[in-house]
Amino acid sequence: MTRSVVLVDAVRTPFGKAGSLFAETRADDLMVRALRGLLERNSKVSPVDIDDVAIAAATQTGDQGMNIGRSVSLLAGLPVSVPGYSVDRWCAGALTAVTTISGSIAMGAYDIAIAGGVEHMGHHPIGDGMDPNPRYIAEKIVDTDALSMGATAERLHDRFPHLTRERSDAYAFNSQMKTAKAYADGKIQRDLIPVAARSVELGWGIATVDEPPRPSTTLEALAGLKTPFRPAGRVTAGNAAGLNDGATAALLASEERAHELGLTVKARLVTFAFAGVEPEVMGYGPVPSTIKALAKAGLTIEDIGLFEVNEAFAIQVLSFLDYFGIADDDARVNPFGGAIAVGHPLASSGVRLMLNLARSFEEHPEVRYGITTMCIGLGMGGTVIWENPHFKGGK
Amino acid sequence: MSAADLQVPAGAPDEVVTKAVVRTVDLQAFGFKGSLALITLDNGEDHNRPNTFGPASLASLDAAITEAIAQKPSAIAVTGKPFIFAAGADLSALSFLTSREQALQIGKLGHDVFRRLGESDIPTFAFINGLALGGGLEVGLHCTYRTLASTALTGLPEVFLGLVPGWGGATLLPQLIGPERAVQVIMLNALNNNTMLKAKDALTLGVVDDVYEPADFLEKSVIFVADILSGTKKIERKNYTDAAGWDVALATGKAAYMKKYGGAEIEAPRRALELIAESRTATRTSGFNAEDQALADLTMNDPLRASLYAFNLIQKKRKKVEGAPKPALARKITKVGVVGAGLMASQLALLLVRNLKCPVVMTDLDQERVNKGVAWVHDEIAKLVEKGRLNKESAQRLSLLVTGSVDQSVFSNADFIIEAIFEELALKQELFKNLEKIVGPECILATNTSSLSVEAMTQGLAHPERVIGVHFFNPVAVMPLLEIARTPTTDDATTATAVNIGKELKKTMVITKDAPGFVVNRLLIRFMGEITDAIDEGTPPEIADNAMRSVGLPMTPFELLGLVGPGVALHVSEILNKNLGARYRISPTMKRFVENGVRTFYIKGDDGKQVPNPQAVVLIEKGNSPSTSEQVRLRALRALAEEARMMLDEKVVATPSEIDICMLLGAGWPMVLGGILPYLDREGISEEVSASRFHPRGVASLP
Repeated sequence: MTRSVVLVDAVRTPFGKAGSLFAETRADDLMVRALRGLLERNSKVSPVDIDDVAIAAATQTGDQGMNIGRSVSLLAGLPVSVPGYSVDRWCAGALTAVTTISGSIAMGAYDIAIAGGVEHMGHHPIGDGMDPNPRYIAEKIVDTDALSMGATAERLHDRFPHLTRERSDAYAFNSQMKTAKAYADGKIQRDLIPVAARSVELGWGIATVDEPPRPSTTLEALAGLKTPFRPAGRVTAGNAAGLNDGATAALLASEERAHELGLTVKARLVTFAFAGVEPEVMGYGPVPSTIKALAKAGLTIEDIGLFEVNEAFAIQVLSFLDYFGIADDDARVNPFGGAIAVGHPLASSGVRLMLNLARSFEEHPEVRYGITTMCIGLGMGGTVIWENPHFKGGK
Repeated sequence: MSAADLQVPAGAPDEVVTKAVVRTVDLQAFGFKGSLALITLDNGEDHNRPNTFGPASLASLDAAITEAIAQKPSAIAVTGKPFIFAAGADLSALSFLTSREQALQIGKLGHDVFRRLGESDIPTFAFINGLALGGGLEVGLHCTYRTLASTALTGLPEVFLGLVPGWGGATLLPQLIGPERAVQVIMLNALNNNTMLKAKDALTLGVVDDVYEPADFLEKSVIFVADILSGTKKIERKNYTDAAGWDVALATGKAAYMKKYGGAEIEAPRRALELIAESRTATRTSGFNAEDQALADLTMNDPLRASLYAFNLIQKKRKKVEGAPKPALARKITKVGVVGAGLMASQLALLLVRNLKCPVVMTDLDQERVNKGVAWVHDEIAKLVEKGRLNKESAQRLSLLVTGSVDQSVFSNADFIIEAIFEELALKQELFKNLEKIVGPECILATNTSSLSVEAMTQGLAHPERVIGVHFFNPVAVMPLLEIARTPTTDDATTATAVNIGKELKKTMVITKDAPGFVVNRLLIRFMGEITDAIDEGTPPEIADNAMRSVGLPMTPFELLGLVGPGVALHVSEILNKNLGARYRISPTMKRFVENGVRTFYIKGDDGKQVPNPQAVVLIEKGNSPSTSEQVRLRALRALAEEARMMLDEKVVATPSEIDICMLLGAGWPMVLGGILPYLDREGISEEVSASRFHPRGVASLP
């Protein structure tokens, strides 16, 4: 039994720089705002009909603990009858929450459900509390580089010498410019849920826009940045995503139920795939996961008209594009910019890709298929293929 | 004059400054092209220390308003720290003001700062995110609009404290919501033991314009601002100047405080009503000036000082029990016994089971009484469910815990037994001897006696150290006081356990010596005795019973008698007469009341008002040396002073404050009297009777 699954809507909080905008805001409160914002925008959905709430976080302790899926449902005021659970696949947490929920809808267990993710990297620095098994090193299961994401990005540069720092910097600059343009055109703000954020020193403020973008950056400035992961390296703070705080939430439903309730349909799930690669080059993960997903869907890369690729590192996007023969500045890729500009609060990012893709679908009725894909620490990639419900035929 | 000129008065604790900081919110995301200057009030402490306004806090808010206006925003809003908006004026300094001029300045300063929010060309908003009391709510009233979090409590408790809402509240609230509703909030709620408004009530009354859930209260409030600014939302304000209802509202307010203070003219509620009356036609300036004058007058009067003393005393004594042994000595309570199944015993069983949530077993002489007592408790639990104060599961849990028996062997594994049987020493002695045969050596035997010697009840017991007096006041669920009477042999573990139980029951406790009548009854019976004596001597009862009206007690002595019952009053008088001496006289009038079954001196007349009971009037002793009203008043007050002094000399309690807290919480005597001793000091009675005051000047009075 397989049913068509659709993305009804997706929202997110503004993203903040770790230790800044949301330094004194709890992770669960960020997630609650995203949930309440999503439900408010979709008032045709009666909360009591939500079959499940799957919420991802990469570090599930403290304000991201207590089974955050259930905890934020209660805090958001959902009926107690609505269950919730937590998901972890590091950076692909929210993406996995979406695929897992979608699987449940497709097999007929659920009709309508929520998937999302949150990461407060200020409260939960990457790697915090990690306790790697000594066997990793002793038995050479992975190289030490595998646990430093910046080092894995340098390793990709090593593997593909033609993907130079200059190309990475140019890609990053382009991402900043695309985001600045999207902001100027009001394309980002419409899906942001305002968040009241307190600072004991400054008082209450209301976050309505992303904090990380640097629209005034220049190629020269980017070229001058240090390479913190190795001497004479290529990965910089400028051509990588930062350390960020934020939350995302998506509403998914069976296509049938969405039509019954008169809900919007922003994207239709085609299929998805996850795949592993050597942990030392985790950024290459989207290549095999995309190959796998395309094969399952019976599509080729030429069928894909829009790409939302998470920008953990510019090199990781470039290696993906390089493999599929797509130009660094191809207009189909991340048209509103990406994580290098707006930030990458780990487990939340997957849904951000989807809400961007959904907006691009609206603008491109000539496009039938799009993908959201991201790399995942410890050597994985995840890819979801979506069909444009606004597709009007054409190429 | 500016905030900077105003100093914290000498001797007052340093002000915990509530800082006001400004941040800009872009309203574009909320559908309005413009900005909001958002002022946050935050004293840097957690919610246990709410934001308050002293001189430096007002100066900070003043500066924040200046900064906000300078930004030329589309709107200005004020909000609080998590869970707290602001709890009003910093009262800690008020008791240290020494001149009317200082008091006047505090009032003016608050007005000068707050009114900027009401007189700015820029629309202002209060986002009342949490508790907003007194001056805290008044900040909001100055603003053009108010939003409120659905869980936040609000109120104007000033009249309860002996003040008036003098930073704009008494003028602005009636103008905003009309006279009846303003009287409800400013007078009736305040006088009703400081009842606060729930959010839905605040909205219904019109105190606030909208209510939002706390999860996104600020975000929703900002949307409210944008909607008001863009005109998509409009709030209609009514002009109440010519509204009907002013006279009725003012009369209602007056009746409320007359009732509360037994017909006495107490200044704070009177002045509050005057301000409400003036608000009908007042401008901001004239209304605020009148508030300043009222505040200054009240601040420089003894009743307010006594009120503040009483308020602080109640807060302090709620937390700390003077002379209590280490809490660690308290024994665990897993089962409680109640001897007796009458009304008092049943009330005790209900209170114990609700708070201790352990098995409570009641015994009495026959099965019928036992059944009746247990059924009463079960019924009361069911009523709590109907009122929504208890959920069904908890009610089932509690009901199952309460059982009864005619066989006292059910007490064998109890840890704490309290008796509430007839006030007869021999009966109680026999009871405790029997119980000792049943219970373990550490089971506490407590007596709810109001006047008998607890020590005498230990005679012949193997373990007298486990006997203690635990005196509740009727109705036990409502009255906050518990007198704990230690005998010379009561050990620390027993006392600590009793105090621990009292804490669980949420009572304020005073540990007294095992002396007849402890504190409250000893003073009340002495005081009532003076009135009945005056009547027996030939003073007309309407003169004698009304002689104390001007003091402000909630009830006249004979009204109180109606509650206690002549039988109990006479019985206690006899015990005190025997144990304390002839100053506790046995009134022939009272004896006749009891003999003839007269239960009350007053009955309801045809018009519903109370009139003397003709059956009682004919029984009154006709002496031939009548007193005047003033003579009766002085005599009663002198008796109180004399008795209080004796109690302190006998070390019944350690300090005068403990006598005051007993009268505040056990007799319901008003805060403006400071309990009673500050009033006796104020009236010169203490010095007349014992050549010294109970409290040094400045403690509960002007310096």
